[in-house]
Amino acid sequence: MNTPNSTNTYPHAPGFVAGERPRIVTSRFEHADSFTLERYLATDGYAGLRAALGRPANDVHDEVKNATVLGRGGAGFPAGTKWGLTPQGVFPRYLVVNGDESEPGTYKDRLLMERDPHQLIEGCLIACYAAGLSQCFLYIRGEMALAQERVATALNEAYAAGYVGKNILGSKFSLDIVLHWGAGAYVVGEETALIESLEGNRGMPRLKPPYFPAAIGLYGQPTIVNNVETLANLPWLMRNGAEAYTAIGTKTSPGTRMVAVSGHVKRPGVYEIINGVTTFRDLIYNEEYCGGIRNGNKLKAFVPGGGSAPWFTEDQLDVPFEGPQAGAAGSMLGSGAVMVMDETTDIPAAALTLTRFYAHESCGKCTPCREGGTWLERILSRIVDGKGTDADLAQLVEVGTSICPGDFPHASSKRLGLDAVPFPYKMNTICFVGPSAYAPINSALVLFPEEFAARVTKRTMIPVTAVGAAS
Amino acid sequence: MARLSEENVRLAKEIISRYPRARSATIPLLHLAQQQDGHVTNEAMAHIGELVGATSAEVYGTASFYEMFKFEPVGKYLINICGTMSCALMGAEELMHHAEHRLGVKLGGTTDDGMFTLERAECQAACTEAPCLQVNYRYRFRVTDADFDSLVDDLKAGRLNDEIPAHGTVARVRQHIPVDRGVGAVPPEDVTEAPTWMDGKAAL
Repeated sequence: MNTPNSTNTYPHAPGFVAGERPRIVTSRFEHADSFTLERYLATDGYAGLRAALGRPANDVHDEVKNATVLGRGGAGFPAGTKWGLTPQGVFPRYLVVNGDESEPGTYKDRLLMERDPHQLIEGCLIACYAAGLSQCFLYIRGEMALAQERVATALNEAYAAGYVGKNILGSKFSLDIVLHWGAGAYVVGEETALIESLEGNRGMPRLKPPYFPAAIGLYGQPTIVNNVETLANLPWLMRNGAEAYTAIGTKTSPGTRMVAVSGHVKRPGVYEIINGVTTFRDLIYNEEYCGGIRNGNKLKAFVPGGGSAPWFTEDQLDVPFEGPQAGAAGSMLGSGAVMVMDETTDIPAAALTLTRFYAHESCGKCTPCREGGTWLERILSRIVDGKGTDADLAQLVEVGTSICPGDFPHASSKRLGLDAVPFPYKMNTICFVGPSAYAPINSALVLFPEEFAARVTKRTMIPVTAVGAAS
Repeated sequence: MARLSEENVRLAKEIISRYPRARSATIPLLHLAQQQDGHVTNEAMAHIGELVGATSAEVYGTASFYEMFKFEPVGKYLINICGTMSCALMGAEELMHHAEHRLGVKLGGTTDDGMFTLERAECQAACTEAPCLQVNYRYRFRVTDADFDSLVDDLKAGRLNDEIPAHGTVARVRQHIPVDRGVGAVPPEDVTEAPTWMDGKAAL
């Protein structure tokens, strides 16, 4: 077995850790020049596109449907099904690629864009061909300078070589892929906000329904929004077929997925893991992955699916990377980001780092999120600073409930005799940013109530009603 | 300098031509303005409005939503230290304290010589390499106090000029669609038919 930080990390791809597992989207990462057209063509590049163009578009769409390629952006909706939601006979339809990766803990799309931009371009071409989409906009997060440079270079190469643009590979298929880039706003990762931003507006989510921009999206036209990693799966799928794809992973969660594990582990890294079967215990403790908690410490809690996800503890270590199972256990897999906290972690302070993020990133459209997020941040800061009272704890729950009414999802805990409340939550906001501000607080309060109790001052309320009423 | 230069207007028109509607180019053009002047000026926003068919207020409305656009001059180097969970767990707060002392400014401040602006940033998508920071959107991973000091020294001495352009430039490579290869953007109302390849037959 490899020792941490040795043989299977590559100096040119910081953060990525390879392994003896099937690799669908990261197969070229070992090459220092993996982002060039030359290397891409030498390693099956654009063979998936050629295979797709040799078949009728509907056929390609069916292949993707049969493979059940789950969306890798957070919701886990199958891509083939999503493409089928466009209304019949309405044109033009667009593809918007969501490369605005900014969920706390997550980074896989950045690596895929920096290390293998041609794979993403080929995925875009296959998607547009299959679903009849007439223009593609590739939206990259504003802060990702290197990813923008690599994708721009790759597009310039691909246009010159005839892989993008008019009559691709000499066929009747023509498509422009336009590189677009953002300017720093987390909420733009929400697909209707992404479309607003692409139209040149403030990136605020649109009112729902319609729930999917597949019906009404960019410029009011049917629009498919797909995540970078989702599209990066398509070239391999077209080369090897749905049967080979579904042979990896489980029936409901086939293929692989990229997961970033960060925080207090021995070897933090981005791993391409087998979907559906790999458990959190494998990922955190197995030598092949993170190799355990740093300094031999004990695990306290971990965030299983990006900053928005309710937290798990050691009671959930054996939950596999399978959407419905993670949901029943009280959380979600989200965008493939695990953040690990060891026994030395100050839980209220850790929750504050996430709540501050969501309060800061609220777009301001929905009152419960705009006001509630800021309130949560201020109250929690006060508690972390040791100036909170027990009334503050009640206030946190009250504000949280006004953002998301009802039982908030949380994991079970043997230690506290708690049962799991399954994901997802009910919410009073258009998008998930508001509930996400409360998710870490709720997890921390439910799983570690003693850390809050020790932090706050108890105050006795003095009734004042009798005095006023007598006069 | 305030309105877009002749060369930048040419670039702006090339960018606008890729979109079915000109307004979609607003954010890329704001980046172009910031690249030109180091921050986005009122005159540039008015000029962008003329180019995309919006009022200057509408352009400002869009620009003010996004964190990367600055409306006042900032330092030549904008140092963003990530403070979200993974970085915070690995000592980002301590790094921020050190940076404040080293540069002699609080978070959000600019040094007197106009070289550095220091900011707290939210998740930068490098969580396994914590704590991380970006200088004009170029990464530095697993940053120690000593790393920070040598970074500041290198920037001051101009040793990183090749790698890190002055604030305003993000990507140094632009997409260019060759005239003979591009399909061209069409306003959505001018398209009613299915694309030609959706005829039930293979394209090749």
